[in-house]
Amino acid sequence: MSSTKFILGLFEDPDEMMDGIHKLQQNSIPIYDVYTPMPIHGIEAKLGIKDSRLGYAAFMFGTLGGTVIFSIIYYAMVHDWPINIGGKNAFAIPDFVPITFEWTVLYTAFGIVGTFFFATHLFPGRTPRVMDYRATDDRFVIAIDAKGNIPHEDITNLLKEAGAVEVKHNDRKYVSYE
Amino acid sequence: MSSHSESIIREPLITGNNITYAKISNDILAPVERMPGKAWWIGFTVASMGATLWLFAVSYTFWYGVGAWGLNKTVGWAWDITGFVWWVGIGHAGTLISAILLLFRQKWRNSINRSAEAMTIFAVICAASYIVAHMGRPWMAVYSLPLPNQYGSLWVNFNSPLIWDVFAISTYFSVSLVFWYTGLLPDIALIRDRAEGLRRKIYSVMSFGWTGSVKTWQRFETVSLILAGISTPLVLSVHSIVSTDFATSLEPGWHTTIFPPYFVAGAIFSGFAMVQTLLLIARKVLGLENYITMFHIEAMNKIIILTGSIVMVAYCTEFFIAYYSNVEYEQYAFINRYFGPYWWASWSMFCCNCVIPQVLWFKAVRRSIKATWVLSIIINIGMWFERFVIIVTSLHRDYIPSSWAMFYPTWIDLSVFVGSIGVFFTLFLLFLRVLPSIAIAEVKLLLKGSSEQEKKKILEHGHVDSTQAEFYKDALRKFDSVEIAEYEKV
Repeated sequence: MSSTKFILGLFEDPDEMMDGIHKLQQNSIPIYDVYTPMPIHGIEAKLGIKDSRLGYAAFMFGTLGGTVIFSIIYYAMVHDWPINIGGKNAFAIPDFVPITFEWTVLYTAFGIVGTFFFATHLFPGRTPRVMDYRATDDRFVIAIDAKGNIPHEDITNLLKEAGAVEVKHNDRKYVSYE
Repeated sequence: MSSHSESIIREPLITGNNITYAKISNDILAPVERMPGKAWWIGFTVASMGATLWLFAVSYTFWYGVGAWGLNKTVGWAWDITGFVWWVGIGHAGTLISAILLLFRQKWRNSINRSAEAMTIFAVICAASYIVAHMGRPWMAVYSLPLPNQYGSLWVNFNSPLIWDVFAISTYFSVSLVFWYTGLLPDIALIRDRAEGLRRKIYSVMSFGWTGSVKTWQRFETVSLILAGISTPLVLSVHSIVSTDFATSLEPGWHTTIFPPYFVAGAIFSGFAMVQTLLLIARKVLGLENYITMFHIEAMNKIIILTGSIVMVAYCTEFFIAYYSNVEYEQYAFINRYFGPYWWASWSMFCCNCVIPQVLWFKAVRRSIKATWVLSIIINIGMWFERFVIIVTSLHRDYIPSSWAMFYPTWIDLSVFVGSIGVFFTLFLLFLRVLPSIAIAEVKLLLKGSSEQEKKKILEHGHVDSTQAEFYKDALRKFDSVEIAEYEKV
């Protein structure tokens, strides 16, 4: 039994990496994850990753923000202390539009970014789970869980064939821990 | 796909040979990873002296009250609100580049958005500092918030544009900050993974544990797109609301419905001028000529000439409508503006914003770095005068001649203004030192497809229509970062 935990295919070129994913999938080798220095379009579809639902979250946060501030304004200006401004209606909706809009945007922005950070487990001080230090720089990394995926040599050859510049057999999942 | 190839007739967005993903990281991170050079230290010293002056002048104002400024009973707003509107306007270009150009899929924004957004944030900080300073008693700022209080509760007046402004500016600042920082995460992670020791620890905390996995990038792109979508109406609303501070009053010269679009155009105009002022120097000093190319400079100059011309039309419209309205106060306000005691300010404004920038219609000017830089400074001055003219010339003579007055700035007024420029540059120089000035991940997206080297390969391959190839080669002549001699044989 080898001590390899993860096999990493390091590519220099995003298209070669896509080819690598294709080859692995043809051979029914499950891919753990892919780490890239920039967003690669089309990769989600290839890996069968579902669409992000953050858009729905954004809509709900926006609706919430608009409702909250409109209620505050209504309470202050109409219910709690209506001001007589030349006998005009205290419920002056057009005047409430700018601030309602601002808070819709505010809640949407903070809500969606907060949801993104929460769902992706991003927060200040989180230990980065880095599999290869060059994955944020100039390497496009395909990670394959070594457990059960044997023989390792075949995986290595597949990745090399697709154009991987380096194939690593790592004993540790993450290299970023001390 | 990352490698869709682009039409040959489009100008390259990255120039230079042998550009690799690693080289992009190295080039852009060089100023962050090495000790700062002489130019940075000189700039930083001068800027922090300015910031110190600001600190002193604002402290003096708080100690003695706004009486330290040249305000009087007639002219109750002058350099403070001029400075505020000027800085907020400058901020607008950053959001335009990061949000509106993203929605329009303008790929050239990728190499200028980061520093422009940073500029936005620092400009809004300067603007907000004016708001706090002009209160004289800064702790009174709490009464601009709708918080329960001992007076009833007596709420803020939500009908007032000044309260709209509180909400608009605070939303604008915080949303811009969030947008900017989210975009920074992948680049901070890159610095982290290249650094060692304490540096790595610090950037590790700042990177929020970014890894660049598929799901992270997918969500990141969704977030960027939605933030761009909401920032676009936000940025338009902010300067529109700032303009209603004036437009909803009954002051002749302020009470005009043209103000919101006119202010927004002016804001983008001055903002792009400030982007040019900063980036033309930064690209040279930081050696980023391959990423911020002549194409970018010319594209920004085109936006400047467009928005500058909108501003000119607005000035003329205001003048015409004053005449056409038959309102004598309105007519006097505009005659007084251009021919009264502040004629020099109005004509400086008109020359700097409308007349001189018209030279940008000439290709040679748009493509000249020196001319662009000088013009950007002229526009910054002109746009400062615009706000001064709108505020002071309208206020100093309105309905009652017995209360007509002039405004004379004190040395504290001057120090707060000069100081705020110092604060801005101090923050900007610190930013250049600790964070990447170009969005590295986004520029990497352009390498396959929109770079000069890729297009050269296509040319060398030879399957290109010869007129298109000639068109492309001709377009390359304007780039100062392209060796045109290499194209003679291709």
